[in-house]
Amino acid sequence: MNFKLKIWRQPDAKSKGRFETYEVTDISADTSFLEMLDILNNKLIHEGKDPVAFDHDCREGICGMCSLHINGEAHGPDTEITTCQLHMRKFHDGDTITIEPWRSAAFPVIKDLVVERSAFDKILQAGGFISVNTGGVPDGNTIPISHDDAEESMDAAACIGCGACVATCKNGSAMLFVAARVSSLAKLPQGKVETLRRANAMISKMDELGFGNCTNTRACEAECPKAISISHIARLNRKFLISRFKN
Amino acid sequence: MTKIESHIPQGPITDKWSKHKAEIKVVSPANKRKLDIIVVGTGLGGASAAATLGELGYNVKIFCISDSPRRAHSIAAQGGINAAKNYQNDNDSVFRLFYDTVKGGDYRAREANVYRLAEVSNNIIDQCVAQGVPFARDYGGLLANRSFGGAQVSRTFYARGQTGQQLLLGAYAALNRQIAKGSVKSYPRHEMLNLVMVDGKARGIIARNLVTGEIERYGAHAVVIATGGYGNVFFLSTNAMNSNGSAAWQCYKKGAMFANPCFTQIHPTCIPVHGDQQSKLTLMSESLRNDGRIWVPKKKEDVEKLRAKLKKASEIPEEDRDYYLERRYPAFGNLVPRDVASRAAKERCDAGFGVNETGLAVFLDFKTAIERLGKNVIKDRYGNLFQMYEKITDVNPYEEPMMIYPAVHYTMGGIWVDYNLMTTIPGLYAIGEANFSDHGANRLGASALMQGLADGYFVLPYTIGDYLSHEIQTPKIKTDTPEFDAAEKEVRDRIAKLFSINGKQTVDELHKKLGHIMWENVGMARSKESLEKAIVEIRKVREEFWKDVKVPGKNEEFNQELEKALRLADFLEEGELMARDGLQRNESCGGHFRIEYQTPDGEAQRDDENFAFVAIWEYQGEGKEPVMHKEPLTFEAIKVAQRNYKD
Repeated sequence: MNFKLKIWRQPDAKSKGRFETYEVTDISADTSFLEMLDILNNKLIHEGKDPVAFDHDCREGICGMCSLHINGEAHGPDTEITTCQLHMRKFHDGDTITIEPWRSAAFPVIKDLVVERSAFDKILQAGGFISVNTGGVPDGNTIPISHDDAEESMDAAACIGCGACVATCKNGSAMLFVAARVSSLAKLPQGKVETLRRANAMISKMDELGFGNCTNTRACEAECPKAISISHIARLNRKFLISRFKN
Repeated sequence: MTKIESHIPQGPITDKWSKHKAEIKVVSPANKRKLDIIVVGTGLGGASAAATLGELGYNVKIFCISDSPRRAHSIAAQGGINAAKNYQNDNDSVFRLFYDTVKGGDYRAREANVYRLAEVSNNIIDQCVAQGVPFARDYGGLLANRSFGGAQVSRTFYARGQTGQQLLLGAYAALNRQIAKGSVKSYPRHEMLNLVMVDGKARGIIARNLVTGEIERYGAHAVVIATGGYGNVFFLSTNAMNSNGSAAWQCYKKGAMFANPCFTQIHPTCIPVHGDQQSKLTLMSESLRNDGRIWVPKKKEDVEKLRAKLKKASEIPEEDRDYYLERRYPAFGNLVPRDVASRAAKERCDAGFGVNETGLAVFLDFKTAIERLGKNVIKDRYGNLFQMYEKITDVNPYEEPMMIYPAVHYTMGGIWVDYNLMTTIPGLYAIGEANFSDHGANRLGASALMQGLADGYFVLPYTIGDYLSHEIQTPKIKTDTPEFDAAEKEVRDRIAKLFSINGKQTVDELHKKLGHIMWENVGMARSKESLEKAIVEIRKVREEFWKDVKVPGKNEEFNQELEKALRLADFLEEGELMARDGLQRNESCGGHFRIEYQTPDGEAQRDDENFAFVAIWEYQGEGKEPVMHKEPLTFEAIKVAQRNYKD
């Protein structure tokens, strides 16, 4: 298969970026999207040009390192996958494909398609944990947790922190990311203890870092590679309101 | 050699760790505040160690090559984590977990370390539950278990097919809590490129800021290496693209000896290679072997029809299927250890029964399980894995069996450590996959997560105190010293040399050449001939690399090609040491299968009389042959026997 690629190029955070057009040929339908970019980069290096920088690591959809807006969609046209799991069979021979970095004020571009996502770490540092030290904890079976609660907690815990929700949201809100963490811990008795404090601290940090507000457009849910439901946002909002009310 | 002292405590195996803990020194809280520790790597080992050391009051700096500690490759572990809880009442115990692990490792692990691992395994589960890890639960609300290869009990705890992710998020949360408190400082997008030694002790690192290219100096009273394994020597492996062996290799070149480099795990259930545009291989969790049955056709004519796509696997009747693991190993069946399952797949494919176009694939079939349990139960257990398989291959595994083939997955070898997890360099520690100690010649499934967290939460935080108790008078390590100057210069020279070559081959092209040599000659089956050939060929590629590699751009920028080139330069040396180690080990054991040494029915033939030792390699300098030392392996608690998974 052959493709025309329109790729965002930006040397560093300070420079202005622009689209450049490239062509790749003889791509197998079984090749993954990132392998297609590897092939492009190999070609660019041979031509003495600067290869396209993009983040990636596990290439099996779990580390959350890969990103990319492909034809205007976070992680490309397929559903419930990350970019590294996208394969060229999802495109047509001869297609023009537009590739951009995540666009969000809270995720500045480092180079080309690579963005800075440390804001997510900062939100979690504000309260995305249970305050226990190593050692001195009870036996794992001391507190029974219903199968359904454990499963619901796991649904929310499946978040890979890729940032697709923020990049997709017209307000640049990180509510789905924050809600997933708060909800996952709130569903477990050991996490419940700190829920209100956690919700308040994480939302305050999110606001401070320049993320926008949630206006319930559900765009984040549609683009989330792990299909995390916005019902978690409703739960977060309840906890947040209670915490503010109590204060 | 006085340097190689394993420091295994005296006394019965059941008492060693308790006795040792009682005897080693501790550091007072007031003094902990004065001591700095560098942790390199943020996977299960690094994150759990840094968090715990921070909680204890040390000043910790943690480095990772990704944009966040949560990206570390531990995140990709799927199936589960072992512990000897005996929650299933199936007669599991610390001793049985210990025994299974030593046996699974084909009697090439250090007994005392493995026993300690089994001993602390139960604490890990408790710790993770307390952190909010959403382990699978039965309807009564208690923790659920499943079975894994090499065990006849159910002792594996899991969170769907994302156990590594959930455990890492637990450790990462504990780490975040310490970062917020200020006891740990995090350095994301930083790569360690050199170890700094002062007066024979590890005193710091040189790291490259991957965003700006700045070469930076960091001093500490102790350095912990938690950077995982070197499986990416093979180019194609299940490791993440950025996983590399460079931090460990730089320590080796500074005097930390390297143990059992030839012990590589080839995992039996990976998605087969599709073509030469492929960049990495994807693992399908071993947990699938709980319910999936592995087979190839009995008849060659069926094989040919499958390859020509004239027939579907589901159309081949039961009587024409060869469930070869169940046939060869009735007692363990599809749940034999990984090395055994991988070799059996290779044997069938070499005999001409491989089922895809390349002839390098076998079936993993859920038909029987779906009939017995229903599609929903299978979906509940493995839904995300089935989805992942379908996205990659475009085949629905609920209808047609999966196709799988072995792939490089894990390295049991690593930096040599003593019982305290200290390397042969004082003040330098290695934990998790980066060290060699617990898995012998073959790691059992669900034991990597166990080891990473055991080392990080419950072993290193105790043992490092013993060393640091002698350092309380040592002031902060200054970085404006000749030692730091020299270490930084080495890094700058190496980088400058790479840019100066300006050759014709890309890093990936050269890496693929190395990978091909490794897979063909130092892979699932090795021989004296193949290993000797590998050494010659690796040297050729190494020469090619230093004459003809093309690294674009400059150092002072975000430069992924430079990162890859630096890592490949080290892989090109590591690969040779792996071949050299395989060549000296004239026996087959675990993942190391020398075709000259096999039993009449094709099983690994160990030679306990001559090879019951850890091979420990000492670097001698550029262009010089390394020297091998031996740590004898003695087994007091276990009777050494040929591994038997048949009855």
